[in-house]
Amino acid sequence: MAQDEVNGCKLLVIGGSAGSLEVLLQVFPHLRKDLAFPIVVIMHRKAAAESTLEDLLNSKTQLKVKEADDKETIRPGVIYIAPADYHVLIEKDGTLSLDASEKINYCRPAIDITFETAADSLGPALTCLLLSGANADGANGLRSAASLGARILIQDPTTSDVSYMPQAGLAAVKSATVLAIKEISGTINSL
Amino acid sequence: MDSKGVKDEEMELLVADLLEVYGYDFTNYARASLKRRLNRLYALDGFPSFAEFRYRIKSDPDYLKRFVEEITVNVTEMFRDPQFYKKLREEVLPVLATYPLIRIWHAGCSTGEEVYSMAIVLSEMGLLQKSLLYATDLNPDVLEVARTGIYSLNHMKLHSENYIASGGTKDFSSYYTAKYDRAKFKDSLKGKMIYATHNLVSDKSFNEFQLILCRNVLIYFDKDLQEKVLHLFDQSLEQLGFLALGSKETIRFSGIATKYKQLEGEKVWRKTK
Repeated sequence: MAQDEVNGCKLLVIGGSAGSLEVLLQVFPHLRKDLAFPIVVIMHRKAAAESTLEDLLNSKTQLKVKEADDKETIRPGVIYIAPADYHVLIEKDGTLSLDASEKINYCRPAIDITFETAADSLGPALTCLLLSGANADGANGLRSAASLGARILIQDPTTSDVSYMPQAGLAAVKSATVLAIKEISGTINSL
Repeated sequence: MDSKGVKDEEMELLVADLLEVYGYDFTNYARASLKRRLNRLYALDGFPSFAEFRYRIKSDPDYLKRFVEEITVNVTEMFRDPQFYKKLREEVLPVLATYPLIRIWHAGCSTGEEVYSMAIVLSEMGLLQKSLLYATDLNPDVLEVARTGIYSLNHMKLHSENYIASGGTKDFSSYYTAKYDRAKFKDSLKGKMIYATHNLVSDKSFNEFQLILCRNVLIYFDKDLQEKVLHLFDQSLEQLGFLALGSKETIRFSGIATKYKQLEGEKVWRKTK
């Protein structure tokens, strides 16, 4: 199957940990206003400092940024941020579910869970992007997403503040597209 | 999930079996989470095929107990979301203190950590003796843990930090006795607790309360079931009573919303009509 088949992206899930906020701050200002799909961002963060992350990201893009709500229908052009201390799952009816179950890879939200459930719901219509980070969360999710036909993008470990997470992602999905920071927004805009 | 796991149509078969054989109704559980937990258990217990998984659940009531315990989420902690307990201490319980008898329902209480948290706050406010804490869950095994009040000593550091952040000023360790790796909470906290199985999906209202807590339970339900359960709470709540939900749960989109007013900053609503 040709990679660029007219098989439009229906959802982009971005996962990241240490060193990934800086990447989002660089990428978000360049995202096109008329993005035809939603973005869900899973960032590891401390339970405190609730809304400041949304505020910060909101100031960097013309797209709407909001914290993900339980059973919310995801809409094109909106960026949903995982709330602290909840996993975010993508349902087949195009809604989000929150989940306060056990931590995965010592993380809640865990990137793996969102990648896996999104891939189960959307298959090839999903794009996953894994950024800088200091643990291996996301790698298993990328593997199962790739097996279901999702498109896999990984930040170039050599341009990552902390290379462990993207390296683990690459080890899991060797065919992933590797992107330098400055290539990320252009790639997203043309999904 | 990959091909080795439980597929969507297999999940629906299990849901139908559980209702038919045992009366457990998972029909309106949010699917992504349910499927993930089914797959987790399926992998954990090493079933060679879905058929064997299904057969074991249908034919082995002992395994069913494990199944229900693993499929439902039993993650909880004492003084979870300390700011919420602060709100209870400062704004909710002082109102209830004026009542001759305080009836509280912890719905979906799991292993009871939040029930003990409530008992501690009530005792510090001198209200425990005139309170009744009803605590229910669909799973009898977690209620057994709650009745004993014995928890892992490892968790006490977190619980103690939460307690202090919630406005607690006593020495938290005075509420339990430590033995080996366990912490056993004092019997004086347990006297007013009443534990019983109750399934929010299928069971009816059983009393009237001034405060209902159901935190991080509704997120596992679909919208229809959330609505149904909120109506059950509404029926079970006295006029001017309080309803407390988890930090990402809301009554905002529900039919009962117009009868309630939210307390500022927390997921607590007061029934005003």
